[in-house]
Amino acid sequence: MRLKRLTFKGGVHPPERKELSEEQAIEALPLPSYVVIPLQQHLGAPAEPIVAVGDMVRTGDKICEAKGFVSVPSHASISGKVKAIEKRPHPVAGEALAIVIESDGKDEMSPNIGPVANYLALDVEEMKKKIQQAGLAGMGGAAFPTHVKLSPPANKPIDTFILNGAECEPYLTADHRLMLEHPNEILEGVRIIMKILGCKNGYIAIEKNKPDAIAVFQKLVNEAGDNLRVVALNVKYPQGAEKQLIKAITNRKVPAGGLPMDVGCLVHNVGTAKAVYEAVALNKPLYERVVTVSGRGIRQPKNLRVRIGTPFQNLIDFCGGLSDDTVKIINGGPMMGIAQYTLEVPVTKGTSGILALTSSETRIAEPQPCIRCGRCVEVCPMNLLPNTLARLVEYKRFDEARELGVLDCIECGSCAFVCPSKIRHVHHIKFGKLEVTKMMKAKAA
Amino acid sequence: MEKKWFVTASPHIADQESIPKIMYGVVISLIPAMLGAIYFFGPHAGWVMLVAVASAVATEAIIEKLMKKPITVRDGSAVVTGILLAMNVPAEVPWWIPLIGSAFAIAIGKIPFGGLGYNPMNPALLGRAFLLASWPTHMTIFKTRPLEWITHHPGLAQFLSKLSLYTPDPTGKFSLSGIDVITTATPLNVFKQQKDAILRFADDPSMTEKVKTAHEAISQLYDSYGNLFWGKIGGCIGETSVFLLLIGAIYLIYKRYIRLRIPLSYIGTVAILSWIFGGVDGLFSGDPLFHVLAGGLMLGAFYMATDMVTSPVTSAGGYIFGIGCGIITVLIRLIGGYPEGVSYSILLMNLTVPLIDRYTKPKTFGKVKNK
Repeated sequence: MRLKRLTFKGGVHPPERKELSEEQAIEALPLPSYVVIPLQQHLGAPAEPIVAVGDMVRTGDKICEAKGFVSVPSHASISGKVKAIEKRPHPVAGEALAIVIESDGKDEMSPNIGPVANYLALDVEEMKKKIQQAGLAGMGGAAFPTHVKLSPPANKPIDTFILNGAECEPYLTADHRLMLEHPNEILEGVRIIMKILGCKNGYIAIEKNKPDAIAVFQKLVNEAGDNLRVVALNVKYPQGAEKQLIKAITNRKVPAGGLPMDVGCLVHNVGTAKAVYEAVALNKPLYERVVTVSGRGIRQPKNLRVRIGTPFQNLIDFCGGLSDDTVKIINGGPMMGIAQYTLEVPVTKGTSGILALTSSETRIAEPQPCIRCGRCVEVCPMNLLPNTLARLVEYKRFDEARELGVLDCIECGSCAFVCPSKIRHVHHIKFGKLEVTKMMKAKAA
Repeated sequence: MEKKWFVTASPHIADQESIPKIMYGVVISLIPAMLGAIYFFGPHAGWVMLVAVASAVATEAIIEKLMKKPITVRDGSAVVTGILLAMNVPAEVPWWIPLIGSAFAIAIGKIPFGGLGYNPMNPALLGRAFLLASWPTHMTIFKTRPLEWITHHPGLAQFLSKLSLYTPDPTGKFSLSGIDVITTATPLNVFKQQKDAILRFADDPSMTEKVKTAHEAISQLYDSYGNLFWGKIGGCIGETSVFLLLIGAIYLIYKRYIRLRIPLSYIGTVAILSWIFGGVDGLFSGDPLFHVLAGGLMLGAFYMATDMVTSPVTSAGGYIFGIGCGIITVLIRLIGGYPEGVSYSILLMNLTVPLIDRYTKPKTFGKVKNK
């Protein structure tokens, strides 16, 4: 095996703060009295409702249907009555159409759910269909429809699958707990994915700060004699970013503007792998997931198994509520997560964590002028010039921003993390990306 | 009523670095050199530094007040400018020299461009260039020999010699026979005059002889590389003790406030070029160690060429910048009219930074060359 350092150029070492929740075994959150299930929980076209207000649904019943190929359906996560289909606060989109279901308290399961005999013998297309029908979207945060990633064009064969157990975002421990508590399901998911792709090399990539998880998988892989390799990655953020992960493990560079499939790789998060197993082997749609509830603003940080659509408020209450000095609520990790304005927002398929940060651990500072210290340039894992990009966008010089690769930014936030002037690079760059994309569309039209 | 949360873009955590931290880090790194300056040149050097800092801070505050802008003096950058300006003037200058120099640095070199972060050239060096052009006599006469001031304080002299920090200088004043060239006493200046004399009188054996005699006398000036290194030489307030400057530089590197690429390439270039072209006996007869240790090279290379605002942000750019500074410095020292070249070389290279940054943009991860 290649003895190079398993890491990438750039990156930062934020305080991990995983100790807040990493010892907490996954607990099931009591059923909420209602759930809010957004039609859009994935990248791509929003789903279309197939239930009407007043309909009764069971847990696992499909309530909205995918619209197009890059789209997935969603399912009721509790049994009860459809109370409304209306705009509701959304953790990523601000506000979006959602189906509100009032619980009947019975949690009656859809009869479709149940073990599938000899599922590994299923036809590949059949497997993919099950995955799509189960509403799977990447559970690491970006929420890209899983079946789309599993359907590379014929001219882009995948020879390497990487299971992403890096969990490089500080605070988050959901993947870690999942790996400790459900390694067999995850491995089975990996086997299904590798069968679908027909690929030979499989890597289980875990950061070295989770030695217990590494040991668990090493043992299981040794016993099974699978064609899988467990790789211990250096602890550095953003080690779990797809392109950086692929570079660290295979030394292949995903071309700028390209996808992992361009270098024959595919990456899935551990949560997604487990969901793949459940979709194919158990016919279980994605109606629940594990969420880390942490931050110093949370009195008792926990890892919770939560029904999709459960309002943040329920999770926070279950964890003892918020401390008085909480100033920020985040959907996801502290480096890439999205700040929330209300606790009414629901857990979606991409919600890996809910963080309540106090003023001592977050930063709310007025940006100062750039002193060109170059720290952002040093840490940028994509080799961009974040300070220049931010300034170009600020001055609305989008053409130049595009030339300097604004679209290649992966928004990992390393630049803003190290910036002594507290410049909001990611804020500017996200805006710049929107404008550049608009500009390119206008030109193409 | 639900509590209101802060909603800002990611990331939501940050490391502890800030502009004041960096600026005061630079101030801390300069403390050994500042104390050294007072030790070598006497209390007057301390007053010069104080006036320079006060002037820089006051100028910034007054202008911002007049412009009805937020007062930014607390970020520490004006303090750094003041200290660096003082380090770049002789210790004996009248008090109004640092006052005007710092005011010029801030009022002309920094504020008009938009303040911290926007100035194209290092303000302290710009201030120094202004002083040198306007009051060349004050700026180039280094009357006091290091430690001489202590002789005026017998009690202190006794105390310091007990600590082995002071030995009375037996040679006293020096004078050179034959050629009346020594008006100032920085080693580089002497070097330059010596070299010029040798070239001028190359055809006259009797003069060459005299020059050689002069050379003996000159060597008394700095005695050894040790004096250059420890700082027992004439020069500007902050440029004499290589040792004390290096202590500060190590701190800056440890804190990651400066990167080695600029000082290394700068000093390396000066060493190589002065070795090749700096001698009087043809190529490769120069004295690189002398050129590296003398003059303001250490101060310039570690504290001014590395000024974040006015140096390239890219790694490759840093090397180009440092090499450029080195070439210009050696050109000025060996061919130009000034004995020193550090300030001007950095100022000139400051102006090339936008261009350097543009052409050294790192290759985006996964980017294939456009053909």
